[in-house]
Amino acid sequence: MAKSFRGGVHPDDRKRYTASKPIEIAPIPEKVIIPVRQHIGAPCSPIVKVGDLIKKGQVIAEAQAFVSSPIHASTSGKVVELAEYPHPVFGTCMSVVIESDGQDEWVEGLPLQRDWKTLEAAEIKEIIRQTGMVGMGGATFPTHVKMAPPAEKPIHTFILNAAECEPFLTADHRVMLEQSERIVTGVQIAMKVLGVSKGYIGIEENKPDAIAVMNKACTGIDGIEVVPLQTKYPQGAEKTLIGVICGTDVPSGGLPMDVGVVVQNVGTVVAIADAVEKGIPLIERVTTVTGGAIAQPKNLLLRIGTTFAQAVTLCGGFTEVPVKVIMGGPMMGMAQRTLDVPIIKGTSGILALSEADVNIGPERPCIRCGRCVEACPMGLVPSMLSILAERDAYSVAKEEYDLLDCVECGSCVYVCPAKRNIVHYIKLSKAQNAAMAAKK
Amino acid sequence: MSIEAKTKIEIDHLMVSASPHIRCDESISKIMWSVNAALAPAALFSIFNFGMPAFVNLVICIVAAVVTEYLILKWQNKPMVIGDGSAFLTGLLLAMNIPATLPWYMPLVGAIFAIAVAKHTMGGLGFNIFNPALIGRAFILASWPIAMTTWPISRDMVGKVDGLTSATPLGILKLQGYEKLVATFGDQAAMYKSLFLGERAGSMGETSAILLLLGGIYLIYKGYIKWQVPVVMIGTVGALTAAFGGDPLFHMMSGGLILGAFYMATDMVTIPITTKGQIIFAVGAGALTVLIRLQGGYPEGVCYAILLMNCVTPLIDRLVRPVKYGARR
Repeated sequence: MAKSFRGGVHPDDRKRYTASKPIEIAPIPEKVIIPVRQHIGAPCSPIVKVGDLIKKGQVIAEAQAFVSSPIHASTSGKVVELAEYPHPVFGTCMSVVIESDGQDEWVEGLPLQRDWKTLEAAEIKEIIRQTGMVGMGGATFPTHVKMAPPAEKPIHTFILNAAECEPFLTADHRVMLEQSERIVTGVQIAMKVLGVSKGYIGIEENKPDAIAVMNKACTGIDGIEVVPLQTKYPQGAEKTLIGVICGTDVPSGGLPMDVGVVVQNVGTVVAIADAVEKGIPLIERVTTVTGGAIAQPKNLLLRIGTTFAQAVTLCGGFTEVPVKVIMGGPMMGMAQRTLDVPIIKGTSGILALSEADVNIGPERPCIRCGRCVEACPMGLVPSMLSILAERDAYSVAKEEYDLLDCVECGSCVYVCPAKRNIVHYIKLSKAQNAAMAAKK
Repeated sequence: MSIEAKTKIEIDHLMVSASPHIRCDESISKIMWSVNAALAPAALFSIFNFGMPAFVNLVICIVAAVVTEYLILKWQNKPMVIGDGSAFLTGLLLAMNIPATLPWYMPLVGAIFAIAVAKHTMGGLGFNIFNPALIGRAFILASWPIAMTTWPISRDMVGKVDGLTSATPLGILKLQGYEKLVATFGDQAAMYKSLFLGERAGSMGETSAILLLLGGIYLIYKGYIKWQVPVVMIGTVGALTAAFGGDPLFHMMSGGLILGAFYMATDMVTIPITTKGQIIFAVGAGALTVLIRLQGGYPEGVCYAILLMNCVTPLIDRLVRPVKYGARR
């Protein structure tokens, strides 16, 4: 029996568009727009100037704070501009624009050969920090911070989040099929850094081929176990995943490390393996470009800094006017206002949704049908949270209805027959509470 | 047009909103019209059973409810949502809860009251705390008690009883006792059969247990109502009447219990939001029904039982909450 959690929804996953499409390596773009902020945390400062000739893998923006992660050039060429450019998460962001010289030449010393087994945990952590690793599932939390929990929070379990429960997305699925050994190496490295002997790879049952491949890749390796999970959204949300695999819930307001667990995404551990064994920084990633409006949906290996427009062009352009363009999956991704935004480290998918894909409808009052309550994996009352926001009762939502426990998975909105924008209300309430707290 | 150009032109038109970006294809209209459809067989049976008067009252209730809703929405400048089926449903349910012979102006006033007062003074769909159809019925009962308790005989009872009107089975039980009740139908088996098929006096749409059950099962199958509510409410009535020496099977099939348990105790707007809360609601509604039937002045208690439980819905919602993630360790 595959493991599952309470609540959740079963959207049509539409993974059939790209699940069988091998990862295609995208050509080097003529120009890349690399924002200096591609992670949760403090922005970096550019350390290059216009006119500089730079090489692939060279640091172009340096981290100033602990919760931050340096940015590297994704190809060789000339810096032609340092300016504010559209950003898929932050609206706009200072970006380094590099015109490619077509040589794609590595910075001196890269790639190198290193045996991760001979490295100390501290050395690996430093490599992870310097190579700009962030959570590639979409959250973009700096990996070196996650891999260095405080001493009072002992870690006993590592979980590889290979659920990929977001509809449409198949990037992790393809990486598992095509690079299973790299994944296992990445998991082993992560386990060594954390000093844990137990590692789980959680994969949804709708990817039986990936389960088989990963099982094979794990044979003969101690301590790593593939766990099939029931196909249900949001199986890959960190908290539900931990609850399902470990049988332990992360306490309210807590982090996975509070229950001794660290979770990483598939793309992240592959990047970790490349960083530790070859010294390669995070400058490219696998992204699923798909949706009802895309001519030829694909899984592409794209350089960071490639624009969405370029990626869409590589997939044959649009077949119809997209209503929405999303970075990430349809459940938790971010709607974009322009195709000129670049792919960043957290771009797991580019979705161009057609009119038929988006079923918004006018918002109606809540009819208290209770579907959101049944769908909520966190055991909240989403309908009440939305109603309280409408009444400006933000603090009641926080104090009496556990506002802050919401993980914004969107299950409630997905099932709502009144088409209420519950997550929007919840984000608003959280922001209002934060503003109130800041005032005090 | 080149592909490059194709990717460029759309920029101005992209829609930006919070996640999630896909929704299921359920809607309020779909739910409401499904409930209307589930009620349709029993409603049509009432026309077959009670003839033209039933048809007239059905039309009056539905038209009055929908027109009232239209006028109020128009007057308040609210989005025009009469097509969502909720006012239609209120009219239909009200019609099913009254005797077929009611003079035309009574259901008219009842339907207007249900929509205007029970629904829209509270803010419209979603905000009303009482089931509007039941409020409409309670209003008619309070205003014209005699008309509301004069029942036409059904098609199948012609010849079996004297005159053109008859007490309902519950009325006979209340006034003349169980033996007389059984005698009215012939024997016990014939009584159960008549109740099950709908060959009895009663409100227009409450008589046919079988058709109401079929519609209810359809709604459960579609996921629009939870089986727990009707099963627990009807079960509570059965268990309590048995405990107090009554005939549980008779009580479970008579009056408006099946209609109320499947179509009004499940009115999502006015009942608790969690399944646990709904079970408490159903137990309460079932118990109050028995209390009114056995101890109260009325032979039938479903309407008031549900309305009284509607009052405590907010309280149940406050007390019965889902178990939060993180509550188990």
